[in-house]
Amino acid sequence: MSFAAHFALHWRLRISLFITCYNDTLFPQTGQAVVTVLERLGHTVDFRETQTCCGQMHYNSGYHAQAFPLMEKFLDDFRESSVICVPSSSCVSMIREHYPVMAEKSGNQELIRDVNELLPRVFEFSELLVDKLGVEDTGSYFPHRVAYHPSCHSLRSLHVGDKPERLLKSVRGLTYVPIEDADQCCGFGGTFSVKNADVSSAMVQEKARCVIGADADYCAAIDNSCLMQIGGALSRMNTRTRTVHLAEILAATEGDAAHLANGSVHG
Amino acid sequence: MSVRVGEAASAPDFAVAAKSLLHNDQLRRNVRRATEVIRKKRANVVGEMPDWESLRQSAEAIKDHTLRHLAYYLEQFERNCARAGGKVHWARDADEANAIAIDIISSHRQKEVIKVKTMTTDEIGMNRALDAAGIRPYETDLADLIVQLGKDKPSHIVVPALHRNKMEIRELFMRTMGLGELGTRPEDIAEAARLYLREKFLRVPVAISGANFAVAETGSVVVVESEGNGRMCVSLPRVLISVMGIEKIIPRFEDLGVFLQLLPRSATGERMNPYNSIWTGVTPGDGPQEFHVILLDNGRTKVLADSVSRETLDCIRCGACLNACPVYRQTGGHAYGSIYAGPIGAILTPQLQSMEHSQTLPYASSLCGACYEVCPVKINIPEILIHLRNRIVENGDDPKIERLGMKMAAWAMGDATNLATARSLGRIAQMPFASNGAIHNLPGMMSGWTATRDMPSIPKESFRQWWGRRKREQSA
Repeated sequence: MSFAAHFALHWRLRISLFITCYNDTLFPQTGQAVVTVLERLGHTVDFRETQTCCGQMHYNSGYHAQAFPLMEKFLDDFRESSVICVPSSSCVSMIREHYPVMAEKSGNQELIRDVNELLPRVFEFSELLVDKLGVEDTGSYFPHRVAYHPSCHSLRSLHVGDKPERLLKSVRGLTYVPIEDADQCCGFGGTFSVKNADVSSAMVQEKARCVIGADADYCAAIDNSCLMQIGGALSRMNTRTRTVHLAEILAATEGDAAHLANGSVHG
Repeated sequence: MSVRVGEAASAPDFAVAAKSLLHNDQLRRNVRRATEVIRKKRANVVGEMPDWESLRQSAEAIKDHTLRHLAYYLEQFERNCARAGGKVHWARDADEANAIAIDIISSHRQKEVIKVKTMTTDEIGMNRALDAAGIRPYETDLADLIVQLGKDKPSHIVVPALHRNKMEIRELFMRTMGLGELGTRPEDIAEAARLYLREKFLRVPVAISGANFAVAETGSVVVVESEGNGRMCVSLPRVLISVMGIEKIIPRFEDLGVFLQLLPRSATGERMNPYNSIWTGVTPGDGPQEFHVILLDNGRTKVLADSVSRETLDCIRCGACLNACPVYRQTGGHAYGSIYAGPIGAILTPQLQSMEHSQTLPYASSLCGACYEVCPVKINIPEILIHLRNRIVENGDDPKIERLGMKMAAWAMGDATNLATARSLGRIAQMPFASNGAIHNLPGMMSGWTATRDMPSIPKESFRQWWGRRKREQSA
């Protein structure tokens, strides 16, 4: 265990949650679960109520002029935060990969410095737990068969590796079931799923077949965007497999095994 | 100057082309099987290279350096090629390049020409131009031959007939080569092609080839291939014409040490190409006695002028990004309406030819990043796709409805109060469509989504509402 992780284990951190716009709107239970897990580990969570969106949708769709003020807003909203937790790898990827590009392009030295100072403070949820807090066993209990879909951004941009799987495998009662061609994109891709709906559908059909093949109760991920896509297909196919954000599994304990049964699962 | 990329000007939008291809189950099965085989072979032979990452970095650095000094290296190549007895021609666009080739062939009073491995001539529609000039081109690369005989279009950079399976090819050969019953073993089908092609190799005195690399310091041209038909084309005829894009230049002979390791492993999953043909000018009494190189711009200098997307020109046409791409694997290459398919096609075609359907290509990606991961010269394709999307928006070529949506979203995200308002409006708007926490059917541009997928409806309480309620409860 690194010194920083050891330090973090024994000292309470104040962690700012960046919920992300679509989690705030569509998947509030994910944010609640993040709060539950971090508080259970002894940390304090704050929520900066001015926050909205990282700007990913605008940026990836080519609307850079609209993404830019959202970057400035993010920098302002989280200026005072020392640790920022984001339960979405694609939003973290937006911040890590594209904020520096946007800042550089603006030529604004102050902005470039602000972004440089921001990046080390931003953690994807599983990164925060494993790298920053040095935790793999979150004291969770989830007696189900769980498959894991490693999202593209988590694999190829954040390189989180097997951190989410390590967290899952430490959950008591949980049976981890691998899925075939796990590293293949689910076909969401933001506006891609609308602009190229047919190809996107064909892609998720393949992903859904792999998930169904694993005969899992739940398909987990660290991105609700992928889970919306996968869960949407699974639901339409009338399968029994549900989708769930990693945080929601980690939030479940023996005391509240009913946590997920009470409608907090999407798809 | 007019830049043309094959038939791309008249191709349908990507989404439209993809939709009809998605119904072709045989084609999709062929594409999936072929890409899976190559992908696994590639992963194996790349995995055994301890210095793969540093090879990629070297290749990227060499390409970057060359593109920064392209004029210098092109002129150096011209001098050294000429010194060795070759002649270098400069072509600004497709028409110029085709005219140069036709002039050379006509000066030898020839009505036929054999061709090998040259996507660049597909780019400039050379076969059509040759036909119009009364010159008959014979493709000699097996896959190109299959495409030509079937009056088909190539669907992959390295394996152009990847969308065809064995039995389809057998039938095509029986029909077009005037053969009787042909065996069903691959050897039988290959033998038919061999007999057909040998006759051409021995009879036709002019050949047109592409080039994988051209070495500035020696004036050499390099073609790598698996079949040996390329070797036939570059060694048997009296006259050889090589057509290449100006970005194919590398400075030094020793740079091949990097690229000849990266290319075969990335392209076909082979450790080495079975045939590596390298020649320099002409050699009296050995091989072609007249050698021409046509250096083609056709929009490349325009690409070079853009500092973000310039690295598109680093591409060595290995096709690894196609095999890795989950979008390409669903549709095959024809959906891209260009000889350059897949992720590299999605960034190359719209840059070379900034018109019509090519404007839909930068959106033919979920930005999953698999292409960037396998690219042997580290072209950041997702970044360039986003850059090109931005260019479309800046030019005002984005669909009006999308622009409006993005404007509304920007307003909503601009302020937390706006976001809460937008959410409340969304709750009202979804009422006719939502049941049991899900939306099964949406109108308009969202209908494609809900055709195959349910969508979660906006729940009663947002996270920030829950947070506010919890805070109030805790302080009460």
